[in-house]
Amino acid sequence: MSRINLDITKDHCPMTFVKTKLQLEQMEEGDILEILLSKGEPLENVPRTVTEQGFQVLETTQVKDDIYKVVIKK
Amino acid sequence: MAEKNKLSIICMSGDFDKAIAIFTLASGAAAVNYEVNLFFTFWGLNNIKINKGRAFIGKGVLARFFNFLLGGRNNLPLSRLNFAGASPGLMTNMMKSRNVATLPELFQVSIALGVNFYACEMAMHVLGLTRDDFIPEVKDVLGVATFLELSKGGQTLFI
Repeated sequence: MSRINLDITKDHCPMTFVKTKLQLEQMEEGDILEILLSKGEPLENVPRTVTEQGFQVLETTQVKDDIYKVVIKK
Repeated sequence: MAEKNKLSIICMSGDFDKAIAIFTLASGAAAVNYEVNLFFTFWGLNNIKINKGRAFIGKGVLARFFNFLLGGRNNLPLSRLNFAGASPGLMTNMMKSRNVATLPELFQVSIALGVNFYACEMAMHVLGLTRDDFIPEVKDVLGVATFLELSKGGQTLFI
């Protein structure tokens, strides 16, 4: 099981969830993806869309004022 | 498992800004597991030509001139304020400086996410183009009836 980090804090729609999806596609079942993202559209939509696709959001934590970390299990 | 959501776009425009709209919607929808079908017709065919720049392609003298003037996806004009072709480059620089995906990036991720590309048989015939004039990712050459069948049950947009 590997742990992968992805920083999409500087990205905008649609690349926030495009990069998330492309990264998840490369990972194995059970791998963990830690995503750093901005609040607003990415925070609202990335966890929701990965959940809809059957991935598990393990935790969401605030790391700075506008930056959040979302941990996803494939 | 629930049936997959589906987005089909009739891509008629050969404008740079509308191409951004097409590939933003396509890649975004594919990233959230939609089946995405892009049906390129008339000026929209410029988006999927194998020659990204201007080339004398097509059957017949008129078609060759037409296709040279239209060019490929590196020659798409902005629908407003094109300034003799300078604006798409300026717009691309603005997009890069603001960390927004550029048209080539959106195009590449659409392919990487498995967006389906189709070309319109009738428009190809008018412009004297054959399948070899298009990128290999073009899945098929279709008519209206097949497109309607493909898009059935999903959302369809015209750009």
